[in-house]
Amino acid sequence: MPSPEVVRSRLLTAFPEAKIEVTDLTGTQDHFQALVVTPAFDGKSRVEQHKMVYAALGELMDGPIHALALTTRAT
Amino acid sequence: MGDDIRARVEGLIKQSRVMLFMKGSKQFPACGFSNQVVQILKKEGVEFDTFNILSDGDVRQGLKDYSSWPTYPQLYVGGKFVGGCDIVTEMHDTGELKKILAG
Repeated sequence: MPSPEVVRSRLLTAFPEAKIEVTDLTGTQDHFQALVVTPAFDGKSRVEQHKMVYAALGELMDGPIHALALTTRAT
Repeated sequence: MGDDIRARVEGLIKQSRVMLFMKGSKQFPACGFSNQVVQILKKEGVEFDTFNILSDGDVRQGLKDYSSWPTYPQLYVGGKFVGGCDIVTEMHDTGELKKILAG
């Protein structure tokens, strides 16, 4: 299971300019809440924005992270 | 993904105009996020069908590949992917969901 720091650093690699907040909701490192604010989302739909985050997290979404409450916006 | 599972997934998406793929059923949601979307759709007062992805591993994986979306619930309206729990909740709050559901 990834720590919030691992999730955050993975997102920061994909979105270097982003403001990122990651919270472990349950203390079990598998239910997270994340806020990602980056100009990279400018002009993208919400679905596209969330897909970009999922792509950045890669294999973490395929098991290790059971749930991710996600808020994304461009500014 | 194989043609068989693609055809199956596409058929399920079109089973109802408003189709929710979720963990558990409308009556017995097995996950808080799935339950949240069920409650929103009930509040919107729209008719919808659900499919329990926990009951079918092929569909569970196949739909993730089809939509390039790794989590459940997933809401489809008129055969088009709308979003997961966070997006549906946000669109409900802003009134956008009502417009989409009204078609």
